[in-house]
Amino acid sequence: MSALTLATRDSSTMVRRQLKRLVRYPSMTVQLILTPVVILVVFVYVFGGALGDGLGGGRGAYIDYVVPGVLLMAVATAATGTAVMVATDMTEGVIARFRTMRISRASVLTGHVVGAVVQQLLGMAAVIGVALAMGFDPNATAVEWLAAAGLLTLFVIAVTWLSVALGMRSSTPEAASNAPMPLILLPFLGSGFVPTDSMPTVLRWFAEYQPFTPVMETVRGLLLGTPIGNSAAIATAWCIGIAAVSYLWARHTFNRT
Amino acid sequence: MSDAITARGLRKSYGDKVVLDGIDLTVPRGTVFSLLGPNGAGKTTAVQILSTLIRADGGEATVAGFDLTRQADDVRGAIGVTGQYSAVDKLLTGEENLRLMADLNHLPRREGRRRAAELLDRFDLAEAARRPASTYSGGMRRRLDLAMTLVGDPELIFLDEPTTGLDPRSRRSLWRIVRDLVAGGVTIFLTTQYLEEADELADRIAVLDQGRLIAEGTAEELKRRVPGGHVALRFTGDDALNRALGALGRGFVDPADDDRLTLRIPSDGGVASLRELLALLDAAGIEPADLSVHTPNLDDVFLTLTGQHTEATR
Repeated sequence: MSALTLATRDSSTMVRRQLKRLVRYPSMTVQLILTPVVILVVFVYVFGGALGDGLGGGRGAYIDYVVPGVLLMAVATAATGTAVMVATDMTEGVIARFRTMRISRASVLTGHVVGAVVQQLLGMAAVIGVALAMGFDPNATAVEWLAAAGLLTLFVIAVTWLSVALGMRSSTPEAASNAPMPLILLPFLGSGFVPTDSMPTVLRWFAEYQPFTPVMETVRGLLLGTPIGNSAAIATAWCIGIAAVSYLWARHTFNRT
Repeated sequence: MSDAITARGLRKSYGDKVVLDGIDLTVPRGTVFSLLGPNGAGKTTAVQILSTLIRADGGEATVAGFDLTRQADDVRGAIGVTGQYSAVDKLLTGEENLRLMADLNHLPRREGRRRAAELLDRFDLAEAARRPASTYSGGMRRRLDLAMTLVGDPELIFLDEPTTGLDPRSRRSLWRIVRDLVAGGVTIFLTTQYLEEADELADRIAVLDQGRLIAEGTAEELKRRVPGGHVALRFTGDDALNRALGALGRGFVDPADDDRLTLRIPSDGGVASLRELLALLDAAGIEPADLSVHTPNLDDVFLTLTGQHTEATR
């Protein structure tokens, strides 16, 4: 068998391991699905009236505006869970066993990434489902939906590899739960919950150039028909860049010890 | 046939702390080699280096005929490791853990299923096969751990303190498993802090202390170097005790006995020396009220060997 076949085979074995673990220990997944749904409900019903007036359309306009932000928020929240899960796994004896076996080295990490991606796609589907029930009114065609799903998946892969790397770097699961914290702030410090025009200059500058904003703008554009401009290209570049760097970083950390 | 392990001058330090200070090892194929030492002697570090888990700072080694650093993947293909901390996935069932190993060893599906079932039977885990490993007792988890190691049919198995923390019954059942493996031609590299365990299982024992090998030999050879072993004879009266002392020509009254009726005679505790001792007493017509044999324990071995070690370096 070639090295690539072996790597694929080991990775799919590890993915099966991770999916079984997720089914066996569902509380994490439930939490990952519920947290963004609660955020969506709070923002739409508590703040939505006031914030929607700022957009010139009340609560109905706000729910359309906020969904992409909540979707990315869901990914950022899940990153913490992934980092903790990886850090915990690394302290288990079974990882030492994997390291002494003739298997593809990155397959352990790939298992984590695919497991987390599946978890988060479920979470995002739940958010969209609840949002539709609350009056979210996208005007996207099937192709636009597919494009949005594709970009979001790419984004999830990037953030997940980053959280795997952060989890690997952490000495304890407690430390791992703090490392991805800044990610949770990024939807707020971007165009996630209010338009960047309403922010003070320095913050606006940061909001416009940080990676979450182009992703949110692109998803918003695809689903609701707002202008996308060059956001799609910038978002894709950010996602691929973050994924590649994080993958190499995580693999290097795994091999080093 | 080449040796299962040869190591020359292995060293490893963490910061200022020297954990392994240049150790040499040779383990012939098909034998049980035991690395004996107290906590913190460097036993686990030695296993971690030889099983490719960490890199040595210096020295070289071949494991299963492959160079440890240049052919690490071939080494991994030939070895199995069962550590002190159980290397099982606690969220998976016993059967799933074994099937996971079968998949990672690239066994065909049907073969993997067969192998898992066979190992579950052999390790007395068939009834618990469908329960998550988190519900297993310590002994069961250790057996599952070893079963997982065996899925890949390794020719060399590292057992790092396999019975630490186990009750006597589980310990014996693990010893029996190890003996069966050796009978099947597997080489075992065992670390332990129990002299008894090394004595039971190992063909050769090396004593590790503060990162250095301070003695190596068979269990018999090591025990002979330790004076802690003795025979205690208890008598009913002073008269018998004094006559025994005269007949044997060695020994002393045990100061720990308040009645001063116990005689301690240094001995290796072997059958031959006991027979000789009893023959001398018989010839003198003395019958002790009680006889007990005290074999040296790990404390004795360490006190003696580490004492010699410090003297030698002085």
